[in-house]
Amino acid sequence: MKQVKLIEYEEPKTWADIPWATCSEAGILITKNAGWRNERPVIDPKKCIGCGQCYLYCPDGVISFAEGEVSIDYDFCKGCGICSGICRRGAIRMEEER
Amino acid sequence: MSDKRFLSGDEAFAEGIRLARPQVISAYPITPQTIVVEELASMVERQSLKSEFIHVESEHSALSCAIGASSVGARTFTATSSQGLLYMAECLPYAAGGRFPIVMMNANRSTALPWNIYGDQRDSISQLDSGWIQIYVEDAQEALDMALQSYYIAEHKGVSVPVMVNLDGFILTHTYEAVEIPSIEEADAFLPPYVTDNKMDLEQPKNMAFTVGPNLNMEFHIKHHEAMLTALDVLNESDQRYGKVVGRRYGGAIGTYHTEDAEYVLITLGSITGMARNVVDDLRASGVKAGLIKLRMVRPFPGDQIVKALGLAKAVGTLEKDISFGAEGTIYTNVNSAFLKNKRVIPSYNFIGGLGGRDITKEQLTECFYKLREQKEAEPIQYIGLAIKEG
Amino acid sequence: MQWNAKNLPKEELFYGHKACAGCGGSLATRMALKVLGERTFLAVPAGCMSAVGFVYPQLCFGNNAIISTFAGTASMLTGIQAGAKALGLKDYHVLGIAGDGGTADIGLQGLSGAIDRNDDVIYICYDNEAYMNTGIQKSGLTPFGAKTTTTPAGKQIHGNQKEKKNMFEIVAAHHIAYAATATIGYMEDFLGKVERAKQTKGTSYIHVIAPCPTGWGISSNQTIHAARAIVDTGLWYLAEYYDGTFHLNRKPKKKNQVEEYLLSQKRFAHLTPEDIHIIKEQRDEKWKQIEREWEYERVK
Repeated sequence: MKQVKLIEYEEPKTWADIPWATCSEAGILITKNAGWRNERPVIDPKKCIGCGQCYLYCPDGVISFAEGEVSIDYDFCKGCGICSGICRRGAIRMEEER
Repeated sequence: MSDKRFLSGDEAFAEGIRLARPQVISAYPITPQTIVVEELASMVERQSLKSEFIHVESEHSALSCAIGASSVGARTFTATSSQGLLYMAECLPYAAGGRFPIVMMNANRSTALPWNIYGDQRDSISQLDSGWIQIYVEDAQEALDMALQSYYIAEHKGVSVPVMVNLDGFILTHTYEAVEIPSIEEADAFLPPYVTDNKMDLEQPKNMAFTVGPNLNMEFHIKHHEAMLTALDVLNESDQRYGKVVGRRYGGAIGTYHTEDAEYVLITLGSITGMARNVVDDLRASGVKAGLIKLRMVRPFPGDQIVKALGLAKAVGTLEKDISFGAEGTIYTNVNSAFLKNKRVIPSYNFIGGLGGRDITKEQLTECFYKLREQKEAEPIQYIGLAIKEG
Repeated sequence: MQWNAKNLPKEELFYGHKACAGCGGSLATRMALKVLGERTFLAVPAGCMSAVGFVYPQLCFGNNAIISTFAGTASMLTGIQAGAKALGLKDYHVLGIAGDGGTADIGLQGLSGAIDRNDDVIYICYDNEAYMNTGIQKSGLTPFGAKTTTTPAGKQIHGNQKEKKNMFEIVAAHHIAYAATATIGYMEDFLGKVERAKQTKGTSYIHVIAPCPTGWGISSNQTIHAARAIVDTGLWYLAEYYDGTFHLNRKPKKKNQVEEYLLSQKRFAHLTPEDIHIIKEQRDEKWKQIEREWEYERVK
């Protein structure tokens, strides 16, 4: 399955660089969302049981868990805090961004 | 082999569409267009046309559906008229800016208010800036031929812009003529299948019809504009190709009649052209050097071609079934701009008539030429056939 | 297939978008695409999801996706489906995701037409109860009492004075193949309904409550809490319609906590005890009808 990906973007320089129609490759990102955050979620691996509720309810899909290992893509996390609130084990705390 | 039948303009157009084999047709009724979609429905029923035929719930949906079908790479057709065209107006620049080569027939009909179902051209002319190629045809034969050729132009790699083909309501849509119908083999030899990369694709997913900010938005529009201009040449190419395969030719964006040595030239669009040609013949017989320019394409606008075709003419009149309220006829505005750009100084008159289906007679057309010759009228904008003459 | 956090595909098809933090609509979109997969043609109208995900060259959908006109979501789905069928494409889904205004107001004609034709498409309305993209104006799905920028809470207007349009039953009245209500607060229920829509031949409609922190006046971490509370208080219900009958999927447990639900949201902060009484009466009337006429059945 195709994963949306971040690329190095170059501004168009010639007419040929401008698409002739409003049609382009799907799932291309050129900017991150990290700057939106006032707080960041931090996972306490000792408390986390890998239930995946944080992954299930993240509007940005930035939480991934493979083999019970939960991680956060801080490039795209907006710090909404839903994951922290949803976690039944209190394994995610919100820390102020510095 | 081609087949000769007695058909109305709407029926002839439907035959042309059948020959183009659209894969999706979205249909909604409005007088005087309805016959076209009825004919296509019966062709699908008889299996002379294999197409997804969809009854939509409005004209806005008709074009929206056509855009959806085109966005996965299907050849599509829809048709409308008047209020219907205005109701789908939001989708017109959408289809054009998205570069979806949809073909649509518009039956030219007056727009409310006052209500009226008869023909004038204010509906399509009000949409000149929507980014569509606009073609106007003179008779049922040209309607059929341009239905088929429109796909060639719309889908051409250098163009990829939707085409609106305009038929005068009732005068053309409902009038019967003998029409030659090319064979499906001829049509297939003329029109290649539609192939594009401007589509959603299961193997290479695309994000389409996106937003573009002020930083690049203008470049997209200029590319669209230049593709439109290309259509002037592609129409010629299509005409030559059609002539070779089918054996009928019409020329390019303008058709000329006795303009080589003409002193007084009338510019027409649509079905009135036939009568205007007879008037030119009569005037020539009586020693008046009259000529005619038939505008086949209004977008892109063949301004330079018009000026060139006029040669050394002494006066020109633009006859149109349109008025831009508070200004003048829109075709006239376009024609005059072409004169100015080409530094051609010439007395230019605007004959506005036919609004709401008002008849234009042979005598009135003759009178237009006399006005060009005598130039006694101080006011360059003249109304044809007003019922009330006194101010 | 019963979807949950562990068996959903890991890949994200809606990612890096610019929706507000805590956006319910983007969560509904993300999750629907997980169930339907990458061979999905998605149409979203002018509105939040297109504004946040579709600004060239930043294009946030990993699958095929297109912006429709505001009124044209469903009719574009019809066209995509017809085109795909005509071209002989196989193994794909056609999905529309539109907000409450795009569904219950300007897009209703097109939606009605698509259901009437029983086009094989899935239409999801993410309902955040007002036009949020344009700055919180009343829609046909704004609930009674809510303050929006076009229904201010003052002496003359006093918030929205109309109940929500009943889109679920309007859609069902077309004898649609499958319709359901859901909330992003109960995700497994929503995922199950998207799966059911995926399996359905003919038109499916899912109406999912998707709170908007900006428009509702809640903090961004309260989206899921609000999306659960609206069901727990009985102000929304989880139900399905298929084979000509209505099915209730969940009986609410905390129907007495209406005040807490309402008054924790800024859009309802002005409500008087009388207003809240009216809201409870409206709710109770609805539940009487549900209990009288609908079968109780957990989602399959």
